[in-house]
Amino acid sequence: MSLLEVSHVSRAFGGLRAVQDVSLNVPAGSLTALIGPNGAGKTTLFALMSGFLVPDSGRITFDGTEITGRAPHLNAALGLTRTFQIVQPFASQTVRENIAIGAHLQHVSRNEALHAAETVAKRVGLFDQLDKPASDLTVAGRKRLELARALATKPKLLLLDEVLAGLNPQEIQDMLPVVRGLVTDGVTVLMIEHVMQAVMNLAEHVWVLAQGQLIAQGSPSEVTQNPQVIEAYLGHGTAARLRKTQQEAT
Amino acid sequence: MKDIRAIALFVLLVGCIPVLTDSGVVLNFVMMALYACLLAQAWNVLGGFGGQFSFGHALFFGTGAYVQAMAQVHAGWNPWFALVLAMTTSAAVGGFVGALSFRYGLKGSYFALVTLAFAEVFRIVALSVPFTGAGVGLMLPLRESVGNMQFATRAGYVWSILGLVTLALCLTAWLRHSRFGAYLQAVRDNEDAARAIGVNPFKVKLWATVLSGGLMGAGGAFYVQVFQYIDPGLAFGPHTSVEALVGAIVGGMGTLWGPVVGALALHVLADVTRNLFGQLPGINMVVYGCVLVLIVMFVPRGVGSIGQTWFKRAKPETADKKENT
Repeated sequence: MSLLEVSHVSRAFGGLRAVQDVSLNVPAGSLTALIGPNGAGKTTLFALMSGFLVPDSGRITFDGTEITGRAPHLNAALGLTRTFQIVQPFASQTVRENIAIGAHLQHVSRNEALHAAETVAKRVGLFDQLDKPASDLTVAGRKRLELARALATKPKLLLLDEVLAGLNPQEIQDMLPVVRGLVTDGVTVLMIEHVMQAVMNLAEHVWVLAQGQLIAQGSPSEVTQNPQVIEAYLGHGTAARLRKTQQEAT
Repeated sequence: MKDIRAIALFVLLVGCIPVLTDSGVVLNFVMMALYACLLAQAWNVLGGFGGQFSFGHALFFGTGAYVQAMAQVHAGWNPWFALVLAMTTSAAVGGFVGALSFRYGLKGSYFALVTLAFAEVFRIVALSVPFTGAGVGLMLPLRESVGNMQFATRAGYVWSILGLVTLALCLTAWLRHSRFGAYLQAVRDNEDAARAIGVNPFKVKLWATVLSGGLMGAGGAFYVQVFQYIDPGLAFGPHTSVEALVGAIVGGMGTLWGPVVGALALHVLADVTRNLFGQLPGINMVVYGCVLVLIVMFVPRGVGSIGQTWFKRAKPETADKKENT
């Protein structure tokens, strides 16, 4: 059963058609990824799914409810939460307070929310830094905070926008089990990711977006061998040249 | 809990002043300082906690003042009931201006300009229509009695304004420990991030404007009771808007005691300059301007934060514990 259904969604900014006729289904309980070269429209597609942008055409259905063009806070209440590629902490507040704001979606009481923040912080490995001001965190810490805050809303579907970007290899290694742990705990995850190591490692299914269009989908290994995908990343004719050099070598 | 105890202590200390002295100079000073506190706290709810800088809080002040005066002069209301009506009306005006500005996503300087424009519109309307007394203004008949909120001594005024300040302090303390307050601060810090995790920024900012407007209206109503006179310039002129925002910014935005400290500091400063340069009318505004520039440059977190830093340096352990609780 699919939790999120996107059908024939398009969105243009003036003459730039950022997302064109994209359809995809995210099955409940899965860990899937959306990849594509820079400027492919991945973040725009996330913004359309979460309600930050309204599609020009097409339908988006989440958990049986049509949510096309619905405000982000209503979607969050339904259980669809996104994170941001450029981390957006509430800088003047502590880590605990930051996470508590997410937790307030489930808890009206301030104390319960602050308490829930602790539990979430444990899950993402921020427990030691609960009382630090959010502005004092490292990049890796801020990415975790971004994740923790979204997680505190108890989402059914989490849209992760490049949570691994800007991290060093060690930090990525530390983060992978955290993301996998989310799915084990029953959260469906759709992530935008450039770090292929992570995509290969985590995702069951991958969609490839290039110039606003869905050009391929499948398992990570299928997708990375798809000539269209290689061309989208490396330029026209590259796939053919690569095949030629491989054939010559053998 | 800690905040409530501090507020109780503050009320007790200030409330004792009229018992200890009946010097008109002292009581007048305390009264006007508390009045400035109320304006600064009203502004702080929206500007400090919500990050929406209003340059036209006189709009709510003037609405409160005029409703208080008109309810008594035209409709013969008891001033205590008029106070409730004044607060409700200015809160409603807050809701109207808030709904209009936030509906269209006005932020930062645009919001500031809209509030400024609204205050000016109201000033001109008050100058032109008959029921506000136009340019002549409205005068309250002198009827000294507690039931009439006109006190024989300054003590009565000190206690009534202290009551309003306490209300503002309790509201601010609630903002610091409630979901609404947390949402308001989240919207101030990063609106998009707040939206993504389920905060409706429109609703939150709207209610902040309503609360802020209501408190400011109480300030206006109090002004009318003390001076028994209001005209369009006093009600909607920029003076009150500036006083409210400077007090909050100087003391420390988004804090409980900042606006109190700021308003008090400014009031002392204004009194001193008035005594030194009494022959120059409006000199206190010049001083306010200079102080604002200096504070924004050197102590952006407000005068209140200086004390906090010292306290933390002196007792680092207790300060840490405080944050944990």
